[in-house]
Amino acid sequence: MVNWPAEIGRAAKYNVHMSKFSKPVLGIESSCDETGVALVSWDPDQPGRGLLAHTLYSQVKLHADYGGVVPELASRDHVRKLMPLVRETLDRAGLGMRDLGGVAYTAGPGLVGALLVGASAARAMAWALDLPAIGVHHMEGHLLAPLLEPDPPEPPFVALLVSGGHSMLVAVRGIGDYEVLGDTLDDAAGEAFDKTAKLMGLPYPGGPVLAAEALKGDPGAYHFARPMTDRPGLDFSFSGLKTQVLLAWNKSDRSEQTRADVASGFEQAIVETLAIKCRRALEATGMSRLIIAGGVGANRRLRAQLAEAGEREGFSVHFPRLEFCTDNGAMIALAGAIRLAAGQAQGPQIKVQPRWSLDTLDPVATA
Amino acid sequence: MNILALETATESCSVALLRGDALFERSELAPRRHAELALPMAEAVLAEAGLARADVDGIAVGRGPGSFTGVRLAVSLAQGLALALELPVVTVSSLAALAMEAPQDDAPVTAVIDARMGEIYAASFERDADGLLKPCGEEVVCPPDLWQPALTLDACHVVGTGWGVYGEGLAARLGTPRSTDADRYPQARHVARLAAPRFAAGDTLTPEQVLPVYLRDKVALTIAERAAAKS
Repeated sequence: MVNWPAEIGRAAKYNVHMSKFSKPVLGIESSCDETGVALVSWDPDQPGRGLLAHTLYSQVKLHADYGGVVPELASRDHVRKLMPLVRETLDRAGLGMRDLGGVAYTAGPGLVGALLVGASAARAMAWALDLPAIGVHHMEGHLLAPLLEPDPPEPPFVALLVSGGHSMLVAVRGIGDYEVLGDTLDDAAGEAFDKTAKLMGLPYPGGPVLAAEALKGDPGAYHFARPMTDRPGLDFSFSGLKTQVLLAWNKSDRSEQTRADVASGFEQAIVETLAIKCRRALEATGMSRLIIAGGVGANRRLRAQLAEAGEREGFSVHFPRLEFCTDNGAMIALAGAIRLAAGQAQGPQIKVQPRWSLDTLDPVATA
Repeated sequence: MNILALETATESCSVALLRGDALFERSELAPRRHAELALPMAEAVLAEAGLARADVDGIAVGRGPGSFTGVRLAVSLAQGLALALELPVVTVSSLAALAMEAPQDDAPVTAVIDARMGEIYAASFERDADGLLKPCGEEVVCPPDLWQPALTLDACHVVGTGWGVYGEGLAARLGTPRSTDADRYPQARHVARLAAPRFAAGDTLTPEQVLPVYLRDKVALTIAERAAAKS
């Protein structure tokens, strides 16, 4: 080992010759209906500083005419969009492929055809340049997204992952050390939003539209049950709530105002249910930090009520910025960069795991 | 010139390296294992040819038609390789690569791939003065009963899995081909050979221009179409 004078040491920290893993990692997300690409240069001493560039293409409009995500069409669109996005991301960061230190991609869970597009292109790029590459767990990406912010929460913390595909509570004891505390037994929270919106005649994807309607409604006009809060446990179930809304909606005058009122009552039921379970998870684990991730994490009422509960009850609440709540390449680049820095990488066989439990990941030793 | 070729559109997974006139290849009938095999195969052909990854001058890829997932695998790999190594790409029809598997005489060739869902992918090819296969008419996807081949079938060699599934009915309706072989699949070595003159002519694509040809483009019904079908 050479003993560098301190100032050279600091300079060397940002020098690409220093270590393969201080070099930028290219991250690719293609597990569902968004193509995301990002470049992240991970330095544990400089959290919130590593994001060099990111781009995202959402297929929402493509699938709207079909009333939901059509897996084959999603795969086809990823193939069209991925290369232009990689090129644009490199351009924005002022980097070339040969400046990279590694490649990360979402290996699951997700739509198998969509995952394969990102995995194949990522593996090919890494193999061509003899770079290490790693398949990242999509939900780990969401869990670690708050580390893209300055002053990120340190583990241990409880994470609430709520999106169109997932609703789960996870105890995060360290990077890669995850315990799923609770999961949904039927619909995911975002799915419940979308389906409820659909049955009240709102266009796909209805979740955000429903949330906007709810702002105009009276939250006290309709009261729906808070599913599974009357018994112990941290699992969720949202499909019954959808049925309650349908009954109420069918019996109503179906006016604009009623729709807003029903939406508001529905949103309040979901938000309160999530909040109750979050508190329970914090109690059960003895942890005092809560992070919220996933598309539903962008919901305003959820943010406001959890922040308020945290202040009242003495736990801290952390949200990634809105653009990193939904699917994105930055979280995949980050999770990949952390794992590559720990020496984890896989060979050139392309493997994806459409179903993949968070509990099975390898922990990452942190200094 | 060193051309690395990929063909994964059907049950066969193959990778070839054309170094000048010397050909190195790996090919395996391995349904559902293509993703696992493709890059290790590429590594093997390069090692056998004594070349490094950076020595590759162009990527040739079978762009379909075939299995949607298989076609996307080869195309995504080609895109990634070409972007990383800044290489030109030539796309080749998987039906043309399959036609090259027919007996090498003067007779024209018709290639037929089982497209599942009761349909076939098909195309016909004639030999030019140099003995190379040239497409004759359009590539199509259709039910075998509605297929109108561009060439009279009894003049042709017919190759491909489509014949294995529908050959009997097709022969009864369209005549008995000159020869048939249902156990043939598109191969990367033909993708490389068909691509070579196009590289020489500078007829190449950038990574973002490399896209699959599925032929079957209607894969789902919109809300409006479903409603119309109901009423």
